[in-house]
Amino acid sequence: MKEKLVLIGNGMAGMRTVDELLKLSPDKFDITVFGAEPHGNYNRIMLSPVLAGDKQLNEIIINDLQWYRDNKITLYTGKTITKIDRVNQQVLSDDGTAADYDRLIIATGSLPVMLDIPGKELEGVISFRDINDVNVMIETAKTHKNAIVIGGGLLGLEAANGLMIQGMNVSVVHRNNTLMSQQLDQEAADLMRAELEEKGMHFLMNHHTEALLGDKRVKKVRFKDGSEVDADLVIMAIGVRPNIALAQASGIQCDRGILVDDTLQTFTPTIYAVGECVQHRKKTFGLVAPLFEQAKVCANHLVDMGIASYVSSVTSTKLKVTGINLFSAGNFIGDEMTQSLVFKDPARHIYKKLVIQDNKIVGIVLYGETGDGLWYFSLLTEEQDISKMRENIIFGQQHIEIPEEHA
Amino acid sequence: MATTSLTTCPYCGVGCGVQVTDEDGAISVKGDKLHPANFGRLCSKGSALADTIGLEDRLLHPQINGKQASWDTALNAVSNGLKKIIEEYGPDAVAFYVSGQLLTEDYYVANKLMKGFIGSANIDTNSRLCMSSAVAGYKRAFGSDSVPCSYEDLEQAELIVIEGSNTAWCHPIVYQRIVKAKQQRPELKIVVIDPRKTATCDIADLHLPIKPGSDATLFNGLLSYINKQQRINWDFVNPHTEGVVEALLAAEKSAAGISQVAQICELSEQDVRLFYQFFADTKKVVTLYSQGVNQSSSGTDKSNSIINCHLATGRIGKPAMGPFSITGQPNAMGGREVGALSNQLAAHMELNNPAHHDLVSRFWQTDNLASVAGLQAVDMFEQIANGKIKAIWVIATNPVVTLPNADVVRRAIEDCELVIVSECELNTGTAARANILLPALAWGEKCGTVTNSERRISHQRNFLPHPGEAEEDWWILSQVAKRMGFGEAFNYQSSADIFREHAALSGFENKGKRDFDISGLAEITDKQYDELSPIQWPVTARDSEGTERMFEDGRFFTATGKAQFIAITPRPPANATDEEYPLILNTGRVRDQWHTMTRTARSARLNAHISEPIIQIHPADAKAYNLKNSGIARLDSLWGNMLARIAVTEEQRPGSVFVPMHWNDFLASKGRVNALVNPVVDPISGQPESKHTPIKVAPYRPAWYGFMFSRTALAPSNAEYWVKIKGDQFFRYELAGETAISDPFSWAKKQLGNDGEWLEFSDQNEKRFRAGKIIDNRLESIIFIAPEFDLPARSWLSQVFSEQTVTDEMRMSLLAGKPGAGLPDTGPMVCACFGVGENTIMEAIASGSAKTAEDIGTLLKAGTNCGSCIPELKNIISNKQPH
Repeated sequence: MKEKLVLIGNGMAGMRTVDELLKLSPDKFDITVFGAEPHGNYNRIMLSPVLAGDKQLNEIIINDLQWYRDNKITLYTGKTITKIDRVNQQVLSDDGTAADYDRLIIATGSLPVMLDIPGKELEGVISFRDINDVNVMIETAKTHKNAIVIGGGLLGLEAANGLMIQGMNVSVVHRNNTLMSQQLDQEAADLMRAELEEKGMHFLMNHHTEALLGDKRVKKVRFKDGSEVDADLVIMAIGVRPNIALAQASGIQCDRGILVDDTLQTFTPTIYAVGECVQHRKKTFGLVAPLFEQAKVCANHLVDMGIASYVSSVTSTKLKVTGINLFSAGNFIGDEMTQSLVFKDPARHIYKKLVIQDNKIVGIVLYGETGDGLWYFSLLTEEQDISKMRENIIFGQQHIEIPEEHA
Repeated sequence: MATTSLTTCPYCGVGCGVQVTDEDGAISVKGDKLHPANFGRLCSKGSALADTIGLEDRLLHPQINGKQASWDTALNAVSNGLKKIIEEYGPDAVAFYVSGQLLTEDYYVANKLMKGFIGSANIDTNSRLCMSSAVAGYKRAFGSDSVPCSYEDLEQAELIVIEGSNTAWCHPIVYQRIVKAKQQRPELKIVVIDPRKTATCDIADLHLPIKPGSDATLFNGLLSYINKQQRINWDFVNPHTEGVVEALLAAEKSAAGISQVAQICELSEQDVRLFYQFFADTKKVVTLYSQGVNQSSSGTDKSNSIINCHLATGRIGKPAMGPFSITGQPNAMGGREVGALSNQLAAHMELNNPAHHDLVSRFWQTDNLASVAGLQAVDMFEQIANGKIKAIWVIATNPVVTLPNADVVRRAIEDCELVIVSECELNTGTAARANILLPALAWGEKCGTVTNSERRISHQRNFLPHPGEAEEDWWILSQVAKRMGFGEAFNYQSSADIFREHAALSGFENKGKRDFDISGLAEITDKQYDELSPIQWPVTARDSEGTERMFEDGRFFTATGKAQFIAITPRPPANATDEEYPLILNTGRVRDQWHTMTRTARSARLNAHISEPIIQIHPADAKAYNLKNSGIARLDSLWGNMLARIAVTEEQRPGSVFVPMHWNDFLASKGRVNALVNPVVDPISGQPESKHTPIKVAPYRPAWYGFMFSRTALAPSNAEYWVKIKGDQFFRYELAGETAISDPFSWAKKQLGNDGEWLEFSDQNEKRFRAGKIIDNRLESIIFIAPEFDLPARSWLSQVFSEQTVTDEMRMSLLAGKPGAGLPDTGPMVCACFGVGENTIMEAIASGSAKTAEDIGTLLKAGTNCGSCIPELKNIISNKQPH
């Protein structure tokens, strides 16, 4: 008789864990998956291209329903788990569906942070999180004109870009003067803003949203300085927070996220957690690369191999906006301990900065010319001493001499 | 439609024939296949002549105190100025300082005006710096300033002793003729005597890296060796010479034996012995000597110590033999012929000879002919400095760069009451300090004759129109003469008139008494003059075809008709090195530059060979004074200082450094080596000791080093060290500054101008900064700053300036200063004639397709024109091949 494994959350982190499991030991578990969304499992990162019309929905599906059948996985879509009974090792969904488990994986992901302001419940006020959000945006674009995106971070800008392509007049509201401050320094952010403005995107920098106005559907956005702008659609993209309500309610140790150790095990030994809902050594996660790492480690332990151990590592970012190339990683701002190599070609919207500490790259910002990003990133992660390359490294790998060229 | 004309090269004393083609205004040059000096070959400088005829920076109108003036006003100002000073202080208060760049006709008129009519002998020529010791040596030995040999003698010789001459670089075509002879007859022996292992040593069977200044000892030793070996040719010595005994005694006294000579000259005994054996055992010997002998406080003695050996062996006046002084300038010989040295009269006649004085007075119909020798160059400028000379007329030369103790000379000119400068160039340090500037014609515009090192008179013809108001120098001088009241004597209509008078004077009451006699040309028509083909003097009714060799009859121009041995007691250089000034400064020329670069610096390809004032120094000395290759050194002597780029080389003799003499104030902030050179002259010839000044060196430690390129000329600021280098479509500036640049980007914009698209790279902690400016997708300018001198090579950036558009790939590489993998970098220029870079050559060698310099020639053409880069090619090959 197989052990029962239940996965809460049909998303990328959870399903990657299942993939890894199947690779390691296909017959060990009898697997049941609960997903709140009514689809198979899809690549959430590709929502932006879908919104931008670069991809079709079917292109971003990772595993269709047939795949679940072929792998003898019981999939419940559109069912939200409301209770974890740790004593009886059973989960219960909103429609009363129950499933026993020997091992449980919580992969409930994250929830978009919504500003708690008047009018937040109005029609046309959404986040940018799932296929439904994308469908709403595409539909709205057909009938409405003005879109306001609150939050000039990675997600917000991808949403704004997509809506612009869908034909809307888009303004991005940002609370300070640096777009994508998680990935860019001021200089690069300004270059990007200039380029997005050339594409027709509007920006309301240093604006703080006070209220959303409208009776049924949102009509305007008002800011703390009293100014207002028309809005038929408002996207809140000011960040995400781990989705831990269920875990908390079920008495699983949480902080900002569900607390896990280096094996992705929660404080309840039968229960594991992966993805954006977890908190590992004080860190929570928003990018896909570490999630896949977690999936590997988690699967490894679920099949009792028990050798892998998760170490959260530096991650690099790219923006999925056509025509905008940027690459960012590590401590790209720098501090009193670091030094910077900077190359600028403003006329070509090119900006490169390498942050150096003890002759090693600790931070990278590339804007406009990202060809060497991965090379720099490997030097960063391998902590290579670059003092011998320092003079020319900013100009890219092709300018680093191979010794015989010295002859 | 194309027209061609034949002329001669304006550079060294080889006097090569040049064929100029004018194709609808597009001028191109090549060697004159029929000219007996070069038979079609040209060196890198000659080949680049077409690059140098532009009118930028030319003086095209008369100026008085910086303001343009009419010729009439300017000429009156000159004559009134001179008259006033002569009336007040006498004729010796005025002086002319003229040039081996002048044509014989100009020279003749200048000399006639000063000596014949102003009545002072205060006219001297920059040839004083170049071959006056050789002149004095010849005159002491032969009673006349007669170069006995022809270039053909070199080709027929069995031993050529090259003494104190980097012939490969300074007389490239003569060198190429020797190389060819050596290829055809490998048994031809070449001995090179030079403290430096120069490119000339490339073909040497024996190189003697002699202690600077000890040449006379070496040749005294040779003389006594010849004697001990019973090789004295008594059949020649007895009937044709005098003073052999005294000469032998002096030689014996100063250079008794090989070991003593070896010790004094710091040479190995076997090398000295080998040289002596070569000389004693070989009949056909030519000793070819130049500045290494002449530019010395004992230059005259050195040349006589050489001549003594040829007299003792009777090796003179016969084919393939003789003591052959090769001159530096295109018309140094012409100057000697007209008597433009202050101790000469005219046509090889003597000031202190009453008969000559009487003869010339009658011929010129003057009663005011100078009768005492005038001041020689160095003394002349001392007299200007101390105010005894109130007016100086400088014609076609640049003494503030070329005279020793040049800073004092510069001050002297600044303080002089009346400074007149006849020039074709605007930017010469001397012209910049003139009261009256007179625009002269340049090469290609003026027309007249020149005489080369083998006494060959050739026509330098004009093929360009007169630019602006520029005029012939003889016309300017004659106009002033007329205004001074000497009209009848200067009523010339053409240079042909002057030449005929000059020829007539040379034959006037001569009857074989004087060596210089071209009376055979005194009657030629204007047409014959225009068509005059190269001919060697003497040219008389008897020898109407000219004279290939002097003294074939063993008759000399001394009172007794016999050649004179001169007893030589060697003297060391005037200023010895000491603890404070431990190194010997040797100055000279580099391959691709000429004099003070006013002409050659206009040619990008000529600037590519050696672009900066350099100090060549031996690795041991470099280590001792901790100078790093490619760094900058400060050089100090008792007289002045300079900054130079360091070139560490084994070719340099330990204890002695070499610095080129070329750079002027307009091309380098502190590159005038003559500011350091001691104002010491040979007591007989008055030639300065330019090859021996004690100096000290130290590393120059600026706050930053850098370079910048710009399509337009700039004035670098905040840079104590700068060198301006004209390239192909750009000017390059090598820079170094003593105060750190706080905000490099705004500084760069200040240097290069605010406009355009800017690229910027900064590494503040390493104090590394680079910026480039692009306009219309072309590189407009670029600047590199670093705390050390190890900046990227300049060669690739130079090439980018020839590109029509900067591709994105190039654009990303600009501030790296080198192409990314895939873009070729041809490397530093080696062959200036065909613009072949070192990397290209390396590749050819690496690919195995080129194993010898000849291969490279057939493959890349490098070295196949002037051939002066062949030594470098061989170096590259030997360095490249695994040992």
